Amino acid sequence: MSLLEVDGLTVAFGRGAPAIRDVCLRVDAGQRLGVIGESGSGKTVTALAIMGLLAENARLSGSIRIDGDELIGRSDRELARLRGDKLGMIFQEPLSALDPTMRSGRQVAEVLRLHEGAAAGAARERVLAMLAEVGFDDPERVADSYPFQLSGGQRQRVLTAMALINSPDLVICDEPTTALDVTVQATVLGVLDRVLSDAGAACLFISHDLAVVSQLCSDIAVMLDGQIVERGSTADIFDQPQHPYTRGLVATARLDLVAPGDRLPVIGDFYAGERR
Amino acid sequence: MKRLELGVGVTLVALVAAMAVVSFVWTPYDPIRIVPADRLLRPGPAHLLGTDAFGRDLFSRLLVGARSCLSVGVISVGIAALIGVPVGLFVAQGPRWLARVVLRATDIAQALPALLLAILLAGVFGGSTTTAMVAIGAAAVPQFIRVTRAGARQVLSSDYVAAARSAGIPRWRTAWTHVLPNIGALIGVQASVTFAMAILAEAALSYLGLATQPPTPTWGRMLKEAQDFLYLQPGQVLWPALAVAGGVLGFNLLGDGLRDRLDPRLREAA
Repeated sequence: MSLLEVDGLTVAFGRGAPAIRDVCLRVDAGQRLGVIGESGSGKTVTALAIMGLLAENARLSGSIRIDGDELIGRSDRELARLRGDKLGMIFQEPLSALDPTMRSGRQVAEVLRLHEGAAAGAARERVLAMLAEVGFDDPERVADSYPFQLSGGQRQRVLTAMALINSPDLVICDEPTTALDVTVQATVLGVLDRVLSDAGAACLFISHDLAVVSQLCSDIAVMLDGQIVERGSTADIFDQPQHPYTRGLVATARLDLVAPGDRLPVIGDFYAGERR
Repeated sequence: MKRLELGVGVTLVALVAAMAVVSFVWTPYDPIRIVPADRLLRPGPAHLLGTDAFGRDLFSRLLVGARSCLSVGVISVGIAALIGVPVGLFVAQGPRWLARVVLRATDIAQALPALLLAILLAGVFGGSTTTAMVAIGAAAVPQFIRVTRAGARQVLSSDYVAAARSAGIPRWRTAWTHVLPNIGALIGVQASVTFAMAILAEAALSYLGLATQPPTPTWGRMLKEAQDFLYLQPGQVLWPALAVAGGVLGFNLLGDGLRDRLDPRLREAA
């Protein structure tokens, strides 16, 4: 039995066509699976469905199991207990994922206190330790800062601390570095890699950037138009991509293979897609 | 320009508040003592604004009148906020059919003029300060529900609420820890605007004799009593009218100024 088992997951909103169709995923304990695909391919919907955070008008069918427990159809109250305990999530937009009116230390502490019922003093200690773990040299200052006083990379690390402080078994990262510039991106990915290894947590890493995913993940699933079109180990995906879309992704991620002066490859060279 | 607005608003509100506070420690004369010999005196050194038909000092009455204007404002805004904000928060998170029912109900309630409701209540329970407070407060509840719900919906769909929930914080708890602090400014503006409405309504009700009963002076009652001498002593009408207008304008400008100050999108546009 895997830690996360998603079978035949289909999600539609209101009366619209399904946003994702028949998605199947397996993540074992400690395993890191990258989900890659372009904007609108249904990556985030998949993540939010697993977290149980979809909008009210979402219609789900299929099965999502954590440690064998079915999540679909559970009440929000039951799911809230699972989140934080077994599931954590890091969001795409560090700029908007922290409450502007709350000091960042308190936001991390709020999560901790709720789950462990720790006293305020002990909670503060844990928060500072966690902030140090995500690479802050001055956790005291960061804890007492409001989000607008922190940079994007700092906020993303605060969010990482928030998602990991209850040591969940599975952390879903929804494009955690997309909004950051490349150097900060490298720092945040390094921190993420380290804390995930330390905690032994599994990870579902969602991104449109194959290069980023390949740094972190042992396995990759490729998502296109709401469906998973290919999956395999990172090495296999790079060496023998099967689906034309995947071939395009790999070619555009391996720009070091392009001879100087040649035209750079685009995905359209490999996969025309449905006309949109 | 915007800064001026807020400044004028704060000044006017402070002036009304100062009048009320001063009236507790000092008034030139007893505002309710009837002195038949001093009837209808013109403004002068002895009586700054003159006296009314019963020989009562108008300046003293004007000062004391600020009390009922403010107390009715505070209590009625308090009633409206204490009912409207929790209901709005609840509706924002509740099922959609509930929101629909409540919003339609507020539509209907808003179609009914506040004054009419107050007259109805006064007819049933008798005119008094309490009746006026309850009536004005009740009439302002729908607006608070709508504003709170709209603000809360926006916050609830924000990434930081999703992030908090993804870390295991239950939905109802985010209402207190995240939603309320983030819509506090919005509610403050609404309270300020409602306060202006309450001052006007209180003046109208006491003019009609449906709010605070005599002999306690209120601005609305002073207007009514001065009305009979409009041609004889127009000044008697002028001062309470100016006081009401100043209070209403003050709180409205304060509300507008706060909104401009607190809403970053408007700040950039200005």
